[in-house]
Amino acid sequence: MKKFWALFFWFWPLVALYVCLIAPGNNWWFPSKPLSTMGHQIDGLFYLILIIVTVTFVGTEFALGYALWMGATKEPGRRAWFSHGSHKLEVVWTIVPAFVLVFISLTQLDVLADIRVLARFPESVKEAPVAEVMARQFEWRIRYPKPGTELMTSPQPGDLYFVNEVHVPATVPTMINLRTQDVQHAFFVPRLRVKQDAVPGLIIPVWFEIEEAGEYELLCAELCGWGHYKMKARIIADSPEGVSAYLTRLEREQNEDGVQEAETASVK
Amino acid sequence: MATITPALETHGHEHEHAHGHHEQTFIQKYVFSTDHKVIGIQFLITTLLMLMVGGALALAVRWQLAFPWENMPIVGKLFGVFQGEGGQISPEFYTMLFTMHASVMIFLVIIPVLAGAFGNFLIPLQIGADDMAFPVLNMLSYWFMWPAIFCFGYSFIAGGATAGPANGWTSYPVLSDIASASPSSGEAQTWWLFGLTLVGVSSMMGSVNYMTTIINMRAPGMTLFRMPLTIWSMFITAILQAFALPVLTAAGFMLVFDRLHTLIPTSIHSVFFVPAGLVVNNAAPTVGGGQPLLWQHLFWFYSHPAVYIMLLPAMGMVSDMLACMCRKPVFGYKPMVYSMAAIAGLGFIVWGHHMFTSGMNPALGMTFMTSTMMIALPSAIKVFNWIGTIWDGDIQFNAVFLNCAAFVALFIVGGLSGIFMAAVPVDIYFHDTYFIVAHFHYVLFGATLFGVFAGVQFWFPKMFGRQMHDGVQKVHFVLTFIGMNGTFFPMHLLGIAGMPRRYADPYLHGYLEHLLPMNQFMTISAIIMGFAQFLLLGNFFYSMFYGKKVGRNPWGANGLEWSAPSPPGHGNFDVPPVCYRGPYEYSGPESEALGQDFILQTTAPPAGVKVASAHH
Repeated sequence: MKKFWALFFWFWPLVALYVCLIAPGNNWWFPSKPLSTMGHQIDGLFYLILIIVTVTFVGTEFALGYALWMGATKEPGRRAWFSHGSHKLEVVWTIVPAFVLVFISLTQLDVLADIRVLARFPESVKEAPVAEVMARQFEWRIRYPKPGTELMTSPQPGDLYFVNEVHVPATVPTMINLRTQDVQHAFFVPRLRVKQDAVPGLIIPVWFEIEEAGEYELLCAELCGWGHYKMKARIIADSPEGVSAYLTRLEREQNEDGVQEAETASVK
Repeated sequence: MATITPALETHGHEHEHAHGHHEQTFIQKYVFSTDHKVIGIQFLITTLLMLMVGGALALAVRWQLAFPWENMPIVGKLFGVFQGEGGQISPEFYTMLFTMHASVMIFLVIIPVLAGAFGNFLIPLQIGADDMAFPVLNMLSYWFMWPAIFCFGYSFIAGGATAGPANGWTSYPVLSDIASASPSSGEAQTWWLFGLTLVGVSSMMGSVNYMTTIINMRAPGMTLFRMPLTIWSMFITAILQAFALPVLTAAGFMLVFDRLHTLIPTSIHSVFFVPAGLVVNNAAPTVGGGQPLLWQHLFWFYSHPAVYIMLLPAMGMVSDMLACMCRKPVFGYKPMVYSMAAIAGLGFIVWGHHMFTSGMNPALGMTFMTSTMMIALPSAIKVFNWIGTIWDGDIQFNAVFLNCAAFVALFIVGGLSGIFMAAVPVDIYFHDTYFIVAHFHYVLFGATLFGVFAGVQFWFPKMFGRQMHDGVQKVHFVLTFIGMNGTFFPMHLLGIAGMPRRYADPYLHGYLEHLLPMNQFMTISAIIMGFAQFLLLGNFFYSMFYGKKVGRNPWGANGLEWSAPSPPGHGNFDVPPVCYRGPYEYSGPESEALGQDFILQTTAPPAGVKVASAHH
């Protein structure tokens, strides 16, 4: 029975490892490959940490299991090893993990700065947000500037509005201004690995560069009330021309009052 | 050491006196008792019952995630609450469920079971004191739990049946601040805050008492570095609590001031956390110049150290139990103490890692990332030392040991998954997904609760003079271990798949639909795990009256508590304890000279044996 327990503690980490190994094949992994430039960097760092962590996991769980195995197979009557520890070992297992941890943290800094530090945003987007994404219980309201003008902080007469669908250009860096009208929300686009809280009272710029045209889920990731789960929206990445065509269409739809063109002309 | 003899005499004298002639009524002895042992057991039983409440809430959460919008079996028909929904869990109710699951588990189970139950029971016994420094304060710390339980309980119904507190245990404003923000943000949220504050009052009374007792009331010879690691962990936890709690209490009062008008319309109505111009649910725009991030800073300034308050005592207890069950000294006693101190110190400067996506200054993010990475270091040192403690030991494979080994094995998982979230760019993806849910359940359930399961069985003989049934505990262990991993391990994968937490129905989103079968598997595991706890409760209450009777030291352990009678009378020790050595001298030359593999801290050194030092 003693050996059973040692094997038990050896066995379950193997099951855990096995589940992780078969996870990507069973679609229990990332929803897709990263589809933004920073997504690649984030996934790269994830896999780096995953390797370090897996090695540590296997090593420590094996050692633990082995310690149990030693206890389970000890000949009866032999006393336990009387030891209060080892200074040398303590030094080794303090310094080695310390280096690894500092190494991990240093590898993160650049990516973090690229994502979040305003001064390091790509020049092309710094002053030119394409849209304002205003979160609200329980939807996303998008405000675009009138084609040919710049997005202002406060709504302008010619601004274009849409709900739960953000059209942004693909393959070029893009920035949106994230706001909330009521409580806190978070702008989460899993396939782009983008997440940013929307904080009441703040306007937060968020930039990303989508690599492929397509549709991307946009969800809320910060508890915002009972309908938190249903803040379902999409980001539609298109060629820059496609986006301007969309905005022109949106402008026409928004300003279309159903009155005949000819009559409008005669009033003039 | 020079003061041992006179100290012994005075101590003994006091002791006689303490035994005095006063007869106690039943109420004095078992209800409003000032005896730390009774208070500890009161805490233990209360928290075990609350564990079942919190577990039931969790099972309801799991039901909705596995079988969304399907009628709940049995309970769906029981309560009028669900009748309106025909037995379904409504989204409002779902948000309330996970909020109260966390609130109950954190504030009414984990914190009070460690500090309240084990801290109270063990501190005076392990340092050789008659009782706590402030017995009445100690009694109050328990009885302040009940108003807290009342407030949490009343908050379920304060705002109406479907408007329990539902803003998460973190209660971020402005959702939790503005009454019109959600059905739960009315009266319920205010009562929830009262509950939180009262738990804080209880903890503070405890921690003042623990610090004073540990500093002032140690038995002769019980130097700081002869204290068992349990005592060190309780001491460090008490310090953490004393310094961090005021901040939460202040923040709590600020939020109460923002919200008091929900209870008393004409009262104070401040706007600490509400910026101007918010239009919430078409209510009039808010006035004020508050800052919602302020709450997050204040809240996590307490609640991150609180994570260690919820873990350190279990670490200390497991160290004690592992040494005893492996018949070996703790490997690296001093590194263990220093790493706990380091965890506590660093614990104060890592709170920002909960806020990497919150919109705070990215430069702060870098600082908090580095400090958070560094806090993994003392945790790693502790893991290595626990493995060193088990290494080449004479292992007693009972349920106490198995639960302790599970503590180490599962803490490794919880510690390692933390590294992903300490790294800011990776955390940007994982923040508020199931990855974090997996992480903290591995730490709080995998580590802390397994430590508690071991501790309950280990110190049970001291509490009641009887032993719990080891076989039942082993079955409980296996079921809980399998259920726990089956429930929480897949959560890592859900997190990687991008499933956000706190979603009443994640499958609304196409890319999460295929995860339903995995969630069903997890729910079945959770049900097994939940029902396995009846074994623990059954064994606990059965053994209390019918367990095998045992003597003072059934485990052959070294601590001072094992030199007292089981259970100890009022005043604890019949022979005033004097401490001669560290608590972990198992299988050493001194014990060998006595023909055994342990030597009580109170046993005078056998003649002719060189006294081993507990540290070097």
